[in-house]
Amino acid sequence: MTQATLVMFAIFVAMALVITYWAAGRSTSRRGFYTAHREISGIQNGWAIAGDYMSATSFLGITGLIAFYGFDGFMYSIGWLVAYLTVLLLLAEPLRNTGRYTVADVIAFRLRGRGVRAIAACNTLIITIFYMVAQMVGAGSLINLLVQRINETYAIVVVGLLMMIYVLYGGMLATTWVQIIKAGLLLVASIALSVLVLAHFHFSLFAFRDAAMSANADGHIVDLLRTGLFFSGPHGAFDVVSLGLALVLGTAGLPHVLMRFFTVPTARSARISVGWAMGLIGAFYLLTTIMGLGAGTIVGQHDIGKHLRDTQAIRYIVYHPQQAAALNAELVRNHGYIIPQTNTNLAAPLLADKLGGPLLTAFVAAVAFATILAVVAGLTIAAASAFAHDIWYSLIRREAGSEREHIFVARTAALVVGFASIFLSVGLRTFNVAFLVGLAFAVAASTNAPALILSLTWRRFSRVGAMCGMLAGLISSLVLVAIGPDIMGAHAIFPLRNPGLVSIPVGFIASILGTLIARDPESEEMFSQLQVRANTGIGAEI
Amino acid sequence: MQHHHLTASEWDALAKDPEFVALLKARHRFIIPATIFFLLFYLALPIGIAVAPAVMNQPILESLTVANLYGFAQFVMAWVLLAAYMHAARSFDDRAKALVERLTAELAK
Repeated sequence: MTQATLVMFAIFVAMALVITYWAAGRSTSRRGFYTAHREISGIQNGWAIAGDYMSATSFLGITGLIAFYGFDGFMYSIGWLVAYLTVLLLLAEPLRNTGRYTVADVIAFRLRGRGVRAIAACNTLIITIFYMVAQMVGAGSLINLLVQRINETYAIVVVGLLMMIYVLYGGMLATTWVQIIKAGLLLVASIALSVLVLAHFHFSLFAFRDAAMSANADGHIVDLLRTGLFFSGPHGAFDVVSLGLALVLGTAGLPHVLMRFFTVPTARSARISVGWAMGLIGAFYLLTTIMGLGAGTIVGQHDIGKHLRDTQAIRYIVYHPQQAAALNAELVRNHGYIIPQTNTNLAAPLLADKLGGPLLTAFVAAVAFATILAVVAGLTIAAASAFAHDIWYSLIRREAGSEREHIFVARTAALVVGFASIFLSVGLRTFNVAFLVGLAFAVAASTNAPALILSLTWRRFSRVGAMCGMLAGLISSLVLVAIGPDIMGAHAIFPLRNPGLVSIPVGFIASILGTLIARDPESEEMFSQLQVRANTGIGAEI
Repeated sequence: MQHHHLTASEWDALAKDPEFVALLKARHRFIIPATIFFLLFYLALPIGIAVAPAVMNQPILESLTVANLYGFAQFVMAWVLLAAYMHAARSFDDRAKALVERLTAELAK
């Protein structure tokens, strides 16, 4: 399996390099580098958005969560699909019509303060770096688990360097096509696995349901169709609601997803891309459900866990959550180290192994690597543009300087972001960083989402309001996670794992209060222009 | 159309153009209720699970529970709302295009 995986992964890397070579000549300007000359079609962009979304977290993470926790894992899928309605109805078209290269462009369209842009750019950097570190550390341990000869550090460095080559030379165009191809491969792998799962039950949905209702969880029987397997304990109920809010508004604030709307020529194509993305993502999540329940019933939780190096620790956590949390807190205090919570990531590859044999397993594993690579590339462009366009071009150089200078800064920023995330990921590789994805969503939902939505819809919304809202949202989500169970274990001051339930309202309320204390006639004056341009496309960047 | 040459009062005039106001109203008539609807429809699921887990885990159809069916209903809701918006937006596009053409001609004079 190891060799076949590496060969298939090498083929994907080679394909991506060919695309990069082709795209390199077209990425020599900022417009080319950040937006692929706005020549991506709606359908292509839809596939690329779906690619951004079908990250390793979705493919491996959700399959594993459903295998272990059934319906509670499915809650993530639902939230992530419904989230696109926020993007479709409120953001996609106005974003295309009023944005140039970055999310901060849209927020600062009429809130023309340097402070607003600086904070928005910092939020983008924070969100993308959290997200990226989570993906890369995940990549490291995944590659290490699948191909034991490669250790985590080596895997992280290889993924990081490959990603930097794509981004530096191929820019947004190469990143887009790598995403599109990856999304196609991932769907093929998911369809193959799902058909095999259904075939295992002789295509009887009743037999499949019965198996899911009596899955063997290491000796005792669980009903995977019931709620409360993952979100349990005294605060489980609030955690579900908090997660739901963060998922449904977080997508509306994720820079690497929102940036995709600057790559299409018109508002109409932006809308069409959300349409395709929602179709593909929804279909993918239905397949994930089949794969997850299949892994939970056919492979069984015991066998998924058996393949982990820290099986003992994980079983202990699953069956003694209270003691494990206390132990975690103890370890954090003394060693700054957290035992990984349930690592369920291997459900999909093991299912492939059980049902399809070594070749399919190799394919699934190779697709999983490809997924991480492609998602990380998209994140790097988003982070690089926040630095090069918002901080350097707009704030430091005050929109002066040559095209050559700015494309150079953009590439350098991508390089710096790439190296920074490699170092961070290598440094954090022994920590359980899965919570960083949730944190990225919570920060996005509490900062970018209120700022974008209020700026596009509320005439009075002011610069002070935007700054108050973004800072309050950022600080509250960071602090609540820092004093929450993921960091402090049993001694957590804030009981919820996801801060969204508190930090999202804080972000919105601070935006509104900040607006009410100081009127901002300049920004109000710009609202008419924003409204006309957002809704008609007059004067949109081309 | 060169937007850089327009002053704030000219943008205000555009924003008050009856055809534009009508277009904006039509868009809002769809978007505002649709947004409120899908947020409530979606949040009812986690809130339902949080508040009334016993009800949500009640099997109602072929052993599938209320939560299971409502979960799948979210997919149907998302796709139906998507289709409805795609349909409605076609007329918004046409109206916006006609408006831009007229304004461009007027400003050229």
